[in-house]
Amino acid sequence: MPKDQNVAALNLDDYKYGFKDPDSYVFKSEKGLSRQIVEQISEMKEEPDWMRKFRLKGLEIYESKPVPKWGADLSGLNMDEIYFYVKPSEGEGRTWDEVPEDIKRTFDRLGIPEAEQKSLSGVGAQYESEMVYHRIKDDLAAQGVIFDSIEDGLKKHPDLFKRYFATVIPPHDNKYAALNSAVWSGGSFIYVPPGVEVDIPLQAYFRVNSENLGQFERTLIIADEGSKLHYIEGCTAPTYSTDSFHSGVIEIIVNRGANVRYTTIQNWSNNMYNLVTQRARVEEDARMAWLDGNLGSKITMKYPSCYLMGRGASGEIMSIAYAGPGQHQDAGGKMVHAAPHTTSEIISKSISKGAGRSTYRGLVQVQKGAHNASSNVECDALLLDENARTDTYPYIEIDENDASIGHEATVSKIGDEQLFYLMQRGLADDEARTMVVRGFIEPISKHLPLEYAVELNRLVELEMEGSVG
Amino acid sequence: MTGKKELLVIEDLHAAVEGNEILRGVDLTIHEGELHALMGPNGSGKSTLAKIVAGHPAYAVTKGSIRYRGEDLLGLEVDERARKGLFLAFQYPSEIPGVTIAQFLRHAKSARTGEDISVLDFYDDLKVAMQKLDVDEKFAERFVNDGFSGGEKKRNEILQMAMLKPNLALLDETDSGLDIDALKIVSDGVNTLHREREHLGVLIITHYQRILNYIQPDFVHVMVDGKIVRSGDRELATHLETEGYESMRGQLTAAGS
Ligand SMILES: Nc1ncnc2c1ncn2[C@@H]1O[C@H](COP(=O)(O)OP(=O)(O)O)[C@@H](O)[C@H]1O
Ligand SMILES: [Mg+2]
Repeated sequence: MPKDQNVAALNLDDYKYGFKDPDSYVFKSEKGLSRQIVEQISEMKEEPDWMRKFRLKGLEIYESKPVPKWGADLSGLNMDEIYFYVKPSEGEGRTWDEVPEDIKRTFDRLGIPEAEQKSLSGVGAQYESEMVYHRIKDDLAAQGVIFDSIEDGLKKHPDLFKRYFATVIPPHDNKYAALNSAVWSGGSFIYVPPGVEVDIPLQAYFRVNSENLGQFERTLIIADEGSKLHYIEGCTAPTYSTDSFHSGVIEIIVNRGANVRYTTIQNWSNNMYNLVTQRARVEEDARMAWLDGNLGSKITMKYPSCYLMGRGASGEIMSIAYAGPGQHQDAGGKMVHAAPHTTSEIISKSISKGAGRSTYRGLVQVQKGAHNASSNVECDALLLDENARTDTYPYIEIDENDASIGHEATVSKIGDEQLFYLMQRGLADDEARTMVVRGFIEPISKHLPLEYAVELNRLVELEMEGSVG
Repeated sequence: MTGKKELLVIEDLHAAVEGNEILRGVDLTIHEGELHALMGPNGSGKSTLAKIVAGHPAYAVTKGSIRYRGEDLLGLEVDERARKGLFLAFQYPSEIPGVTIAQFLRHAKSARTGEDISVLDFYDDLKVAMQKLDVDEKFAERFVNDGFSGGEKKRNEILQMAMLKPNLALLDETDSGLDIDALKIVSDGVNTLHREREHLGVLIITHYQRILNYIQPDFVHVMVDGKIVRSGDRELATHLETEGYESMRGQLTAAGS
């Protein structure tokens, strides 16, 4: 990748995303979670009664489920310290000029409006609990593509919304999906009509600004028959000494013959608990690809999944995790083969540095009747230090014996001879290591649009700086 | 004395790895512009010498000195030596999966020159260098040494040398595994660079004299058991071809007893 590629638009020089703006909001809930807060959110959003009930049900389920013990350590996450709803401004802008000045400045610093001009079909921007900006290019809107905040989706397209909402990830799926069901706010609602191809990506950007904030975006994407969509999600927050919390739910319906790619480059500050549920329902001959880049956060638990429901459906999960000191990336994926001739592939690449810890956790399931399913899983871990740690938990459940399942896992270190070779060509130690790491993630980064591949490489470079003791 | 400036001066070099002494008092001087050949049987310490000059951390220098253009080399890191124009063509080059030759070379080139070269200039240079070495343009987009044949690896080393324009090139068994056509092309690459850069000093490490038909050395040295036991002109290489190294080994024993 040429080094001087213009990446200004993506603004990556540092964890300079760590900057913060003065708090400004038109409403901030009390700390902690209560039925009253849930009702308040629903009321402020002027929701129909069914949604209010849905939220309260979500709260009930959340409260009934224990904190999961099987994954990363969540004991430090104190819900009583979290603000569950902060409304930064009134209404959502359709132009950046309609966004309050200080918030607009933040997104300028993050390079979002510039990227929108240059390389995107549309942008949604969330600040604290609400989307503050949403816009899609006119030609796509003219073709019937809907790209709204989730709240507007519910208001403006109630039938379509209700038909799909929470059908892929019901509240009882897991504790944090239940929590999101109760307090969701912000996120996108996307509908791509049959046969329409959105070739240039749409992007959503999530920004948390104030301390102890909980952000609970909810995204619903419906790609109708034969349509195509690439959606990119980015996220950052200031660094605080106390913890913040992000728990999104992303549901995707990939109808017959449609093709959806969902890319996340998660670069939360290192005080963020990031517990996200994302799942796609993939119909006949449709294709879903998740590309999940987890670089930031304190703890991430995130396993994008594909439910391959229609004959010939296929799913792909590519996951990159970078765990530096104090970080635990517990990531992976889930492929459920529920129909014949379905195919899936999971490629996971993790890098652990210092006392950083990465975990691959994956499930491949072939259900009864899903004949001739095939699945391939590859997980590679790269350890940069002696005390870095990686674990692999691959679960495989097969109920048909004609399934073809491949699994491969490797753990490696940067070799002394590799380093000597690169340094003999003039590269400094950390530059040489960075190069090996870049090469390691290349099988995944090559699937990113150029600007994002450059961004990812830059992020890795930044993480690698000073990695030499 | 040639009157030329000293490029590399190795004096009484002793080196060990894991407590085993491998080099046992090496003396070698290369002046600017000179072509030297270092020959010797397998295991005699030729690669070790090259790696120590390049700064490989696995070897401990226990005695002696290495000076490069008047500067003490032993105090410098591997990359510092490289940036000062010291180049080692590896006997066994490492694979760097996922990194293309072009990406790698661009980084190396800007490290070597200390400035960011424009993409266009870089690709122009690269193209010319590749043509000279008769490698396909697609070569630059392949991952460094990943799945390369022995011959491809050697060409890649020479391509890098041509791009990085060193002052001193150590070529460790660059001829091994090459068929005669490839050998000619690679030798041509070395000769061309040597013509273009008249200060370039070259140390060709080999245990066959075959390559010396294409690259004509000014001096030939023979290493046996971690010591240079004979030095001479190119006649020495021919002599070795007929007599073998065994006679040298005898000499060493005689000298050492
Ligand atoms: N890293 C190393 N660890 C242990 N032994 C080594 C190492 N490098 C070289 N040697 C030993 O040093 C001797 C010289 O090796 P080498 O320099 O590769 O010889 P040559 O290049 O002349 O064939 C051999 O006996 C070899 O086994
Ligand atoms: Mg050797």
